[in-house]
Amino acid sequence: MTFVDLKKIRVSYDGKQDILKDLSISMEKGELVSLLGPSGCGKTTTLRVIAGLIKPNDGTFKLEEDDLTKVPVHKRNFGMVFQSYALFPHLTIAENVGFGLKLRKESKASINEKVAKMLEVCGLENLGERYPKQLSGGQRQRVALARALIIEPKLLLLDEPLSNLDAKLRVAMRIEIKRIQQQLGITTVFVTHDQEECFSISDKVAIMNNGVIEQYDSPEKIYRLPKTKFVAQFIGFENFFAIRKTGAGQYTAENGQQFQTTNPQPEATETVATIRPEDIELVKETLPDSIEGSVIVRTFLGKSYQYEVTTPLGKLLVNGTSEQIYETGDTVNLVFPADKLVVLEK
Amino acid sequence: MRKQKGMTLIAILVFLFLFLPLCLIVVTSFGTAAAIQFPIKGFTLDWYAKALQSDTFMSSFKLSLGIGVLATALALVVGIPASYALARYSVKGRNFIKSFFLSPTVIPGIVVGYTLFQYIVIKLGLPIFQGLLIGHFLISLPYIIRVVGSSMEQLDYSMEEVAWTLGCTKIRAFIRIVLPNVSSGIFAAFMLAFVNSFNNVPVSMFLSGPGVTMLPTSLLSYMEYNYDPTVSAISVMLMLLTMGLMFLIEKTLGLASIA
Repeated sequence: MTFVDLKKIRVSYDGKQDILKDLSISMEKGELVSLLGPSGCGKTTTLRVIAGLIKPNDGTFKLEEDDLTKVPVHKRNFGMVFQSYALFPHLTIAENVGFGLKLRKESKASINEKVAKMLEVCGLENLGERYPKQLSGGQRQRVALARALIIEPKLLLLDEPLSNLDAKLRVAMRIEIKRIQQQLGITTVFVTHDQEECFSISDKVAIMNNGVIEQYDSPEKIYRLPKTKFVAQFIGFENFFAIRKTGAGQYTAENGQQFQTTNPQPEATETVATIRPEDIELVKETLPDSIEGSVIVRTFLGKSYQYEVTTPLGKLLVNGTSEQIYETGDTVNLVFPADKLVVLEK
Repeated sequence: MRKQKGMTLIAILVFLFLFLPLCLIVVTSFGTAAAIQFPIKGFTLDWYAKALQSDTFMSSFKLSLGIGVLATALALVVGIPASYALARYSVKGRNFIKSFFLSPTVIPGIVVGYTLFQYIVIKLGLPIFQGLLIGHFLISLPYIIRVVGSSMEQLDYSMEEVAWTLGCTKIRAFIRIVLPNVSSGIFAAFMLAFVNSFNNVPVSMFLSGPGVTMLPTSLLSYMEYNYDPTVSAISVMLMLLTMGLMFLIEKTLGLASIA
């Protein structure tokens, strides 16, 4: 059942340029959905529309069939964590966490009990009396999370919550977030520009670009089967070339080269195919479907080498193994496995 | 860094140039002679007693104090919301409004005084006390907007947004989150505006009237006819008061942040 439902959301700050263009997305209860994209793609704006911090020019936002589009932010009961954490510096950690409950006029005893429990869930025992200044980045982050979770929000909104942490802590915290999110079963929207971070914890990922969602799928599906060129480029596909459909799973490039794919194929006949550098196979001998090319540049990637190869399809990037090393100027044969070649919709 | 002896020397000279006259006033305030003289012959605290017993000085001191506190408080009431709006919202012509609010600090005091005199006394014919209050309110406002505004701008806007998501209305978030975090700025602004109002001569000069004079004005008129150390004694007390206030500002916010 659809839990969160955004329909045809349009946001424009100046009335000329649309930040979000008829954006629609729906989420199931208990899911962790990530909005991923480059800066300026509208992911934070989408989150702020859900939070109620921005009023959309058009469109509706429903939660469990209730239309919340016009409900002000303080009545939505959503927990939000900001990039800067935005802890209240004049309040102790316990007061920060209990802030939402105090507003709800709960009794002191009940607030104290809930705060203690939440501090424990977030691994902040014994820090209740301290002030935000006295905590480390990771601890502040958890305080911000605890403060958002204690009001038992219907929705948890995270705006790049990990980007101010160092790399090691970031990995630990994202596991922590996932753990708490699953433990409480709370529907979560997570905004990030970090692909790895997003793929590792999300149930679903929406890749955004220029105010529209390019693709909304599970992380595995997005990683393996991007639908658009933007998504493909964003997640590490490097090689693109025009192809034409000739039959089920059969394609021909402009130079007549034949390709086969076992992946889903879009309806359009004139389209673009793509493949990751590490999915192209390098062989010495000529095979029936192989493409000949010559190495122009070789770069060392650590566990393998990457070659820039000129072929009749154009320049392609191919990763080779360290067992078989080619030199600049060598002739190589490239094979495109049918299960790795992805045909894009546009 | 290499010590620059020449610069140090110049700094010391400038400091002495500024500081020595103040020292002279302090010394002369203890002199026994009926006219201000230096060096003094003998030591007395009589002039302090005389100053504190003088009805003119005490009543003008009280008036200065009252006007200063009241005008600054009024300026806070208007200035805090104004600086919040200027810091938070992209008000059209924000920079113009900002410089407009700061204009009384840029325009010569005598011009401000004369302008206020034209309007408040001549055109509107307001009673002297109310006139003085409005005048001092106007010269306090720029300090409030500038100092409170700068601490508002340093505040993370997300803090308010978090408060809203936790269930605060905008006004409540302002009271519970914004105000406590700019309180030192508000305090410093109050002190600064108060000191400025208390020491202001031109506006007080123009707006004072018979029987209602502010302290700097009554000092000036006293000096026209008397040249005894009472004025020195009062100056010393005023210096001490200002220094005390500045010390408080330094303790709460740091003078550098409002300079």
